[in-house]
Amino acid sequence: MSDAAHGRYITTDALHEAVDAALLLERPLLVKGEPGTGKTELAFDVARRLGMPLHRWHVKSTTRAQHGLYEYDAVSRLRDSQLGDARVADIGHYIVRGVLWEAFESAERAVVLIDEIDKADIEFPNDLLQEFDRMSFDVHETRETVTARHRPLIIVTSNDEKELPDAFLRRCFFHYIDFPDRETMERIVAVHHPDVKKELLSAALEVFFDLRELPGLKKKPSTSELLDWLKLLIADDLPPEALGAGDLRTVLPKMHGALLKNEQDVHLFERLIFLHRQRDRGEGRDGRGR
Amino acid sequence: MLLDLQARLRAGGIRVTTTEWLTLIEGLSKNLGTLDVTRFHRFARLCLVKDETLYDRFDQVFGDWWTGRESRFDDLADALGEGVPDDWLALADREAPSEERTRQVEALGGWDALMETLRKRLEEQIEAHHGGSKWIGTGGTSPFGHGGHHPEGVRIGGEREGSTRQGRAAKVWERRDYRDLDGTRELGTRTFRMALRKLRRLAREGRPDTFDLDDTVRETARNAGLLDIRMKSERRNAVKVLLLLDVGGSMDHHAAVSETLFSAARSEFRSLDVLYFHNFPYEALWRENARRRSTLLPTPELIRTLGREHRVVIVGDATMSPHEIAVPGGSVEHWNEEAGATWLGRLLTAYPHAVWLNPEPAEWWTRTPSVRLTHELMQGRMHPLTAAGIGDAIETLKRPARTRPQPSDA
Repeated sequence: MSDAAHGRYITTDALHEAVDAALLLERPLLVKGEPGTGKTELAFDVARRLGMPLHRWHVKSTTRAQHGLYEYDAVSRLRDSQLGDARVADIGHYIVRGVLWEAFESAERAVVLIDEIDKADIEFPNDLLQEFDRMSFDVHETRETVTARHRPLIIVTSNDEKELPDAFLRRCFFHYIDFPDRETMERIVAVHHPDVKKELLSAALEVFFDLRELPGLKKKPSTSELLDWLKLLIADDLPPEALGAGDLRTVLPKMHGALLKNEQDVHLFERLIFLHRQRDRGEGRDGRGR
Repeated sequence: MLLDLQARLRAGGIRVTTTEWLTLIEGLSKNLGTLDVTRFHRFARLCLVKDETLYDRFDQVFGDWWTGRESRFDDLADALGEGVPDDWLALADREAPSEERTRQVEALGGWDALMETLRKRLEEQIEAHHGGSKWIGTGGTSPFGHGGHHPEGVRIGGEREGSTRQGRAAKVWERRDYRDLDGTRELGTRTFRMALRKLRRLAREGRPDTFDLDDTVRETARNAGLLDIRMKSERRNAVKVLLLLDVGGSMDHHAAVSETLFSAARSEFRSLDVLYFHNFPYEALWRENARRRSTLLPTPELIRTLGREHRVVIVGDATMSPHEIAVPGGSVEHWNEEAGATWLGRLLTAYPHAVWLNPEPAEWWTRTPSVRLTHELMQGRMHPLTAAGIGDAIETLKRPARTRPQPSDA
């Protein structure tokens, strides 16, 4: 179990064991979970706690597997050759090392974070299989082979925008980060906002979890949104009553813009509140509930 | 004992590969996940399940496998040091679900359907019942209750022989925390988009506007070092989709799911045309649902103007009187000179890459004559409107329908 004093990241037992297993069996760890559950943070936290250097590879839609190994800067070389630069004779000058190369060459065991692997082309994960298995790759231009001195701990995150190929999944450990329950959430908040008032926090959490239960929301508020919202609330020093906790059905919570990021969601919410208010008023008039 | 788990997982639809299995064994031999069963459950899941939508199924299979083995965890831990003893294999042989058994379970629609039926039955049943084939009770062949004979019944009360009750309650896998993630239920824009994403045909089209490094280097080298810049156009998903949506009438029940598909398709495809029809496509479709009459598009005009490379996705429940399909003048809304079947045939000939998505559950299709008829007309290219169904539909779209000799409409 993590300790708040060590950092600002709270893990569960299951996640902890997953990281241990990945370290021990030297398999990549694939992490999925709702946005804002701290998938990327995990790698930073593991690196920090174990005192290992972190190499982050942020994947974009145009990223190819080769970018992580090395790139041959042909354009520079071409330019140098036309300018008559002496460096041009050695092709090695134009080999730009990628994230995996750096991690392989690292003097100590490193953590490699491959962030948002699903953003890349479908073939991307498959192109890395060989490198993951052998922990080495060839540089064709210079005819050398780069081999990992220590097998790095590879943490891969995915937002599920694309399915990952089976061959890649077979080699990975897979962990799905659950959305934190109330207790865990309290601990997470305590790490980020240690001075938050107890009443405010409990009111805010109530609103937050009620809001997540609301059917039909396009985007449920996540941990990071809760933290932002709390920050706003603390800055404004609002009393807990102002949040309308326990009465989510009739009041739009303050600063809801931090929680509901979608116009339709706010509309949906307003409509619900409107309906509830009307019903409450109707009940009040004839003096009996339904 | 362990191999039995593997067999059960595979029977339950979780494709555990040998690589993954060996990883599990390797981990166990290094004392990962051997401390207690909760850890074992978590470690096995880490190794074997690579998709959170399967977590729920894993929990169910694991729970089922674990029942009756509570006391044997220590044996397992001990045995691991000695490789795989023969008697495990023997056990696996005996206990692995047979072909037939698996088929029987599937006949009931698998677990979810079973649980759903159970829920309904719980609502209906008001008294104790023993024997017989339907109600919850003991004996008999009802899938629910205990002490009965049903291939994959749901146990209610009672205990298996030799099992201990200790720690039975509130096991992680029994809480079924991941039920909501099960792929067969979830219907969101996102799941649909994921499913639709497989429908793509990457092509370089349009203006060459990105720098083609490889080609430039090659050409420059061929040019004896004189720079020769080469450009290429960007790779885009060039698939073109025509979506035909049935609206009104019985489709009102499916409005939400149609809307989800519509918004998913709109954000997923660059080239998407949407047209509407009521019950069945006839000689005209309309462009905007709100203004039906004023935005009519004659079907022959559509076939004439819309490129043949379009993939056509028809969404409708196909639930109507068979006359509306088979007979001229059968439409409920207007007098149609030619039968709906003829028009559908023309569409299919013009756009052989077509598929029909039906929001009604597939189990009901055979019961409705009009659905059966449409299914035949579509040459079996009908799939349920679920994330899994869309996935199958996209596979279907890859191969064209058989073209039938038909009088040309030119």
